[in-house]
Amino acid sequence: MDIFQLQGYAYFGLVTLMVVVLYSYIYHLYSSEKKGTKDFEKYGNMALNDEIDDTPVEKISKDEKK
Amino acid sequence: MENRPLEYDYTVAKMFMLTTVLLGAVGMLIGVILASEMAFPGVNTMLGSLGLNEFTNFSRLRPLHTDSVIFGFTLSGIFATWYYVGQRVLKVSMAESKLLMFLGKMHFFLYVLVVAAAVVSLFMGITSSKEYAEFEWPIDIAVVVVWVTWGLGIFGLIGIRRERSLYISIWYYIATFLGIAMLYLFNNMEIPTILATSPAGETGIGAWYHSVSMYSGTNDALVQWWYGHNAVAFGFTVPIVAMIYYFLPKESGQAVYSYKLSLLSFWGLMFVYLWAGGHHLLFSTVPDWMQTMGSVFSVVLILPSWGSAINMLLTMKGEWQQVATSPLIKFMVLASTFYMFSTLEGPIQAIKSVNAIAHFTDWIVGHVHDGTLGWVGFMIMAALFHMAPRVFKRELYSKSLMGTQFWIQTLGVVLYFTSMWIAGITQGMMWRAHDEYGNLAYSFIDTVTALHPYYTIRAVGGLLYLIGFFMFAYNIYKTMTSGRRVEESELQSASPMAA
Repeated sequence: MDIFQLQGYAYFGLVTLMVVVLYSYIYHLYSSEKKGTKDFEKYGNMALNDEIDDTPVEKISKDEKK
Repeated sequence: MENRPLEYDYTVAKMFMLTTVLLGAVGMLIGVILASEMAFPGVNTMLGSLGLNEFTNFSRLRPLHTDSVIFGFTLSGIFATWYYVGQRVLKVSMAESKLLMFLGKMHFFLYVLVVAAAVVSLFMGITSSKEYAEFEWPIDIAVVVVWVTWGLGIFGLIGIRRERSLYISIWYYIATFLGIAMLYLFNNMEIPTILATSPAGETGIGAWYHSVSMYSGTNDALVQWWYGHNAVAFGFTVPIVAMIYYFLPKESGQAVYSYKLSLLSFWGLMFVYLWAGGHHLLFSTVPDWMQTMGSVFSVVLILPSWGSAINMLLTMKGEWQQVATSPLIKFMVLASTFYMFSTLEGPIQAIKSVNAIAHFTDWIVGHVHDGTLGWVGFMIMAALFHMAPRVFKRELYSKSLMGTQFWIQTLGVVLYFTSMWIAGITQGMMWRAHDEYGNLAYSFIDTVTALHPYYTIRAVGGLLYLIGFFMFAYNIYKTMTSGRRVEESELQSASPMAA
């Protein structure tokens, strides 16, 4: 197998892998919300409640300790 | 002083708002001059009696136009919005860190120095002659310093945030920073000619600031268009998407329609965009599989692009009356629509059989401009309109002026791209036409004659857009100096504007 053939196979393999990763990510987004482990839609409020004294959607932990 | 409540500090954002307006006006003015030169060649020598022909001809002004609208107007807009949006969605003020404040100001002043060096050197005709990467090596090094300073500011602000998660816009700003850093470094790998030795054994060739690319031939073309196309990705798409994901929800008071879709589109865009640059080199000397890859990935690119654009339009669900009542929402909804339009047109042009007609024609120029004028320009102006009342604590000066500007500029964009469609396809067809023996049917000058009316229409379209931009600059200036002072409570969502 010459280098060009090798490049071809490597390229095809990479694309396939990345497609699998992307689709797994979609599955992860929807399934974790369905199971109730994560609520992604609440993050949309970060743009709306963005005054400096508004309560953060998710506080950073070191703030909680204070 | 001690007891003053903590507030966001917009000092650096204001500085970059100023350069956005100034460099936008300069870049677009040069654009209109160039369009007039294409329609009326005499304009090339308009200052001939003063002996200034050298500075007004098309080839000297062209990189000044592209670089001032890309690296002047657009980048300033990206920086201005970052120093505004970044603080707000991370819920941390620049005033909380002296270091970040210092870095922000240093970022601005270094940026202005680089802009000055770029303008002077391009006017003098000093260029590395790579499209959108014309700056010579000393300026390239300075650009890297500016970029790293911005990066330190980004990650510094993220480091002291109160909000644990990064809002989707922040992801897009980070991608802009990393993407451009990678592209700029690799495409500008160059050797100062003074250090090189020619095959004939000469040394110390050329002036100290001249350089040659480290790549040659087809490799240079490949790296150049990997850079060129992705500069569009990470300069004209990614950061502008960052803006619309913040400003449209905030101005309309509606949270983004689907946060999940925004995440998916983000990773989709990152995954696909970097492979599409090969479509600039169709029918050239690069390997055929690479050309096909460029075409295929360009078509796939419709999905993540439309994912973001549709998400924005759906954010307006149930609130479409705002499009009629607010000129600011009009700008953003039309920007999003132009984004959809442009990201459909691009993939069509990247299909090999279409590209056989479109390549090197004015249709490409039309495509670039419906994206930049309709999407980038509209979104940056809308962002500044939204920011102005909040950073100056004043009402927007005139709603009617904003509305008039919207319609004048929309007409300008429509005239621009429709004339370039007709010009481009006419040009492509005339270049290919031949008789039964294979002799070309037209000479080059035949096409020039046929295209003249469309070049004139394009210049008029560009002029209308420029007039609108001056109206925008005036509106912002009047807001800053004489708008009614507003209370914090008036700034929740829709921007206050005087009739």
